[in-house]
Amino acid sequence: MDFVTFALERYNYWIFITLMMMGLYIVIARGNLIKKMIGLNVFQTSVFIYYISIGKIDGGTAPIYLPDDLKARTAHAGDHAPSLAGKSEMGAGALRPDESLHDGFDLAGNDLASLTAPAERPDAAAIHAAPAGGANDILAAPALTIDGPGAGADLAHQAADILYSNPLPHVLILTAIVVGIATTAVGLALIVRIREAYGTIEEDELEAADDIAEFGHIPHKPGRAA
Amino acid sequence: MNLAAQLPVLPIIIPLIAAPLTILLPPRRLKGLLPYVFATLVSWIVFAASAALLHSVATAGPISYHMGDWAPPIGIEYRIDLANALVLTLVSGVAALAFPFSYASIRAEIDDRQLSMFYAMALIAMVGLLGVVITGDAFNVFVFVEISSLSTYALVALGAARDRRALTASFNYLVMGTIGATFFVIGLGLLYQATGTLNMADLKIQLAGESNRMVEAGFAFILVGMGLKAAMFPMHLWMPNAYAHAPSAVAVFLAATSTKVAVYVVIRFIYTVIGADFDFAGAAFNWLIAPLAVAGMMFASIVAIFQDDLKRMLAYSSVGQIGYMLLGVSFGTEQGLSASLVHLFNHGLMKGALFMAAACVVLRLGTQTCAGYAGLARRMPLTAAAFIIAALSLVGVPGTVGFISKWQLLAASFDSGRPWAAFLVVGASLLAVIYMGRVIELMTMREGAGGRTKEAPATMLIPLYILVAANVYFGLNTEMTVDLAERAAVALMGDAR
Amino acid sequence: MRDEHLILRVVIKLMFAPILLFALYVQFHGDYGAGGGFQAGVIFAVAFILHALVMGLEETRRVLPIGALRMMMVVGFLFYAGTGAATMLLGGNLLGYDAIAPHSTHHEGQHYGILLVEFGVGMAVASTMLMIFYHFAGREPEIRDEDW
Repeated sequence: MDFVTFALERYNYWIFITLMMMGLYIVIARGNLIKKMIGLNVFQTSVFIYYISIGKIDGGTAPIYLPDDLKARTAHAGDHAPSLAGKSEMGAGALRPDESLHDGFDLAGNDLASLTAPAERPDAAAIHAAPAGGANDILAAPALTIDGPGAGADLAHQAADILYSNPLPHVLILTAIVVGIATTAVGLALIVRIREAYGTIEEDELEAADDIAEFGHIPHKPGRAA
Repeated sequence: MNLAAQLPVLPIIIPLIAAPLTILLPPRRLKGLLPYVFATLVSWIVFAASAALLHSVATAGPISYHMGDWAPPIGIEYRIDLANALVLTLVSGVAALAFPFSYASIRAEIDDRQLSMFYAMALIAMVGLLGVVITGDAFNVFVFVEISSLSTYALVALGAARDRRALTASFNYLVMGTIGATFFVIGLGLLYQATGTLNMADLKIQLAGESNRMVEAGFAFILVGMGLKAAMFPMHLWMPNAYAHAPSAVAVFLAATSTKVAVYVVIRFIYTVIGADFDFAGAAFNWLIAPLAVAGMMFASIVAIFQDDLKRMLAYSSVGQIGYMLLGVSFGTEQGLSASLVHLFNHGLMKGALFMAAACVVLRLGTQTCAGYAGLARRMPLTAAAFIIAALSLVGVPGTVGFISKWQLLAASFDSGRPWAAFLVVGASLLAVIYMGRVIELMTMREGAGGRTKEAPATMLIPLYILVAANVYFGLNTEMTVDLAERAAVALMGDAR
Repeated sequence: MRDEHLILRVVIKLMFAPILLFALYVQFHGDYGAGGGFQAGVIFAVAFILHALVMGLEETRRVLPIGALRMMMVVGFLFYAGTGAATMLLGGNLLGYDAIAPHSTHHEGQHYGILLVEFGVGMAVASTMLMIFYHFAGREPEIRDEDW
């Protein structure tokens, strides 16, 4: 029974792994180049989902300053030094391995109370003491101290009543998404050129055409010799 | 602007700004000289900056550069120590020779209208490789890997003007390369989840003494992802076709740099990020990297013997040589690591020279099959002589760089109590004698079709001979490579503790 | 021929300017809320792609020729790479936007810097998207009908 709860609580990983395997399978098993590209996209998207899910905190909102926040920012305009203290403040991902890694994404109920939970950063002992389930308020707390670029490190303490998701994985994956788009564009461009040069985009026919080319015969109709 | 303080980013930012400017230069006026000369000058400036960095690191110790004045571990850090300064110098040095070399070869092999785009993409590919080496931020590595890979796919596909198989080769490379890069990102995600940081040095601190499934899985993903990029056996299937069908000048640059950079990343992650004393890394050394390295050395060398296409043969030989590098890494000793780094540098020199000679032959004879090399010593004596010296270097004849790296590797394997590794290295070298000897025999002993041909132009021969001279010079004067590599290895092992 | 898809033509003509305006809003509001160069660039390109879908690629090429796109790509890229490099010339590190407004007490330079960079990103993304579209859509159809 424990195992079932354990497995169900981590459903984001199951989605990630299933999608990843589906994508990889399509890339390997399908002979059509377009389908391969689609498989590659599914595979990449699974990783995007994984990254997004590790940055998400229960009840956390998008890391955009709300109007109240802006007031807090102007109040603290003087203090903008990029903080170095934030290593362990960088969000849910920052939990140390010995401090129950898998709780970085906790699914045991969306505890609305945590939205108004006091924002003091808990010390390591508090995290240690946190039980694996229902510890949303503890888990949420580190997320409150996320540094916005150019904003004060203590800003988040001021905006105590707002819970933010960890934006860093989202920003990272934005880069990866752009890279993915570029890869898809290059891949599709290559497929167009392959279609023009060979007259087919089926892998086995392409291989047959190349084999014939390698053994010295020039096929009468490129790509259709098989 | 304080030039000395900004030195670490100059190799990145100068070509990055120069690349779009290259697009604007007219490809067909003045026989396409404008983009060519501009890109060549940029590559020389970059080489000068890298050499200055190497000098500065060798004398004054590691440099840390804070991107956007954000201090690490929050900000992105460019961190240059001896290991990456060495690889940086190799990449930019080969680029500084490959760019001047490319002109005649590229003009013969691709459409004139694509010249400006070609040089822009080549510069971006160079930026990507340099960035991978220079950065101290783990996610930044992924970004630069993809920058270089994307332009590389396009560069390989340009070979389609000569042989349409370049298109399928490029597509396969794209699929494999993307899977590799995505695996790498998954690994980074797991490490980030475990530590909350992406700075390499900080990752090392956070991971110290930690060993759990998450970190292990992350390390495994990173190893497989970079193994794909490095063409580590048995993940090398994309490489022979990509190198064989790419435009010759592209193959020169890629063969000498791109897989070496991926090997460097593997080394960097094992030592600087995970730490070699990490139990799991130790197990990976003995049960994964070492067997695969040995299998790659033997298998790829045997396959190379049966290749008809010379560039494919050289590519398979590269897979084998990657095996040497990984074997050195897998010893887990300072000497093994230093042998790896030395071989990484030296192999760039010899493969660069071999592919350059092959490009000269493609330009003048229009062939890249081994049979086409018959009688080359009489038809193109200068090119043939350069090819033979570089081939001897690959085999490991004393007086060349190949000998130095094999010697280091042998010494390291005996010292670390692995005499079997030494025998395997010698065995693989004997296989290299067979596949290289076959071509040399064709070149010198056989009569070829046709009489003496015009030699390749000076723009190609001069870079070729500079590389050949480097092969001999660094074979006789080991002060620079071996000493620096030893110091780099000590520093990396120091990181690992 | 001109009367075909009359409704679509009229609707697109009406939509065209608002889409561009929305792109600019997303672009410049990106400093304070959701948005930024990537999204704005794509929205900007979408306006032209819609135009091309309905009016035909030739028509769009007359509005925005491929040479201009290439220029936009280069200028956009130089904008964001150049902003980073300019901070080096001003004495900061690469991307050290504080160097743009060194005397500001509340990091004004960061705002200027990111605004300029995002502007360059938007321009580069829009022109790259359109470039990809032009090249895919503009290829001679070599595939015979019966192959589909």
